[in-house]
Amino acid sequence: MDIVYHLQDVTKEYGGRCVLNVKELDIHRAEIFGLVGPSGVGKSTLLRLLNFLEPPTTGSIRFLGAALDARQPVPLDLRRRVTTVFQRPILLNQTVAANVAFGLRLRGKRDSGTVIKDALSQVGLEGLAHRQARTLSGGELQRVALARAMVLRPDVLLLDEPTANLDPYNVALIEDIARMINQEFGTTLVMVTHNIFQARRLAHRVGFLLNCDLVEVADADRFFNQPSDPRTAAFVRGEMVY
Amino acid sequence: MRAWPERTASRQPLCAVPVGTGSRRKTISDIIRGFIEALRLILDRDPAVVEIVLLSLRVSGIALFFSALIGIPLGIVLGLSRFVGRRLVVALLYTGMGFPPVVVGLFVYMMLSRSGPLGQLGVSAIPSLFTPGAMVVAQTIISFPLVAGFTMAAVMGVDPQLRQQVLSLGATRWQTALTLLIEARLGVLVSVIAGFGSIISEVGAVMMVGGNIEHSTRVLTTAIVLETNKGKFSLALALGVILLILSFLANVTVLRLQGRALDE
Repeated sequence: MDIVYHLQDVTKEYGGRCVLNVKELDIHRAEIFGLVGPSGVGKSTLLRLLNFLEPPTTGSIRFLGAALDARQPVPLDLRRRVTTVFQRPILLNQTVAANVAFGLRLRGKRDSGTVIKDALSQVGLEGLAHRQARTLSGGELQRVALARAMVLRPDVLLLDEPTANLDPYNVALIEDIARMINQEFGTTLVMVTHNIFQARRLAHRVGFLLNCDLVEVADADRFFNQPSDPRTAAFVRGEMVY
Repeated sequence: MRAWPERTASRQPLCAVPVGTGSRRKTISDIIRGFIEALRLILDRDPAVVEIVLLSLRVSGIALFFSALIGIPLGIVLGLSRFVGRRLVVALLYTGMGFPPVVVGLFVYMMLSRSGPLGQLGVSAIPSLFTPGAMVVAQTIISFPLVAGFTMAAVMGVDPQLRQQVLSLGATRWQTALTLLIEARLGVLVSVIAGFGSIISEVGAVMMVGGNIEHSTRVLTTAIVLETNKGKFSLALALGVILLILSFLANVTVLRLQGRALDE
């Protein structure tokens, strides 16, 4: 199995308070990894570490075979092979097309008209290319955010609660797009959600974070049907464990 | 309107009307007549008026260029980064935004005068006192804190989450800063126009370091002071009208841009 991320004894502290403590975690290539748990247990922090937006306090992260030093900035070419779609996407105050092209322009790639068009049609927004981004609805914003990540063809796409605050129609659309990105481009997806039903619908493997600890990691089937940790079982049954 | 000077040729010149002794109606009609004469000077493109306006625009334009060159990067750094002493720099900047121009004039005067620390050096790049260059220096010092302060506010007004999202899309630090600057473009433009408004209408500092020398350092504001003192109200009014229009245009532009920034 091809390993994209290997985390060993990774911790993250803010002002001496532990927000994340992962003894060991592997993310496999081309899988959808669901990260579940209640609010404020370090799920988003883990995604920021995986996107190299901040370094871990201790421990090591291997990414695509490269061992990364927490004290050194991550090389740009490695950093550019992963991107995040955030819960509340912020678009630039420009047209939809310019927003989708933004990441490509950062990489010095030009003349990407057909790529932009394809990406917009894949998220069902082909008619909106020339609209100003600020006029879009919440669901449309999130789909533009997916399109601007998709055109980069990243090795890893991190999704941070991408469907929180959206209506069921847009939730279904965005889940379909995520599945399509995974299947068509072989992109590895790491998806944070507090919605266990969403994890069940999408994820191949699931990890459960609780009070900054990674309690359990298992295949989705096993995670939801025979969890080995009683706290996971309680969470899956919808009982409060925190 | 053209016939007006002949008709009034026999009357007393404007300056000879003693304020407070003549009837009130007469004073007001004199003001109106002076105003009409002022409009005539503007419409006829009177060479003296044109010269003064062009010099004002040149001095303030060059000063604005240097203010933007210093103020915009300073505003970006203060808006985006956290470093030890940042609060102190911001406090100094706010002080600079409300600094009395006359004090700036005094400071520049002392620095540039022949016996001052910079004037002594005799370097050709340092302008001497009573030249347009000295006025540019004073106006730059007056306006760059405004440009920096407004730019800082504009950059800080961009959603803080955007920075993280831009980084996550693979931007370098420079690309991130540039992206945020582009997002704050309207606010930055406002900062530059506000800087212009502050120096085109400033009188104390340019009077001190420029000296109001005819054909050399006489700008709109200093000319208005002089012509008023001489009692040549029509020329003073003509210059005043032009200054008002310039200042008004700058402010309308700022308000329009700010309105757009709020709409968006």
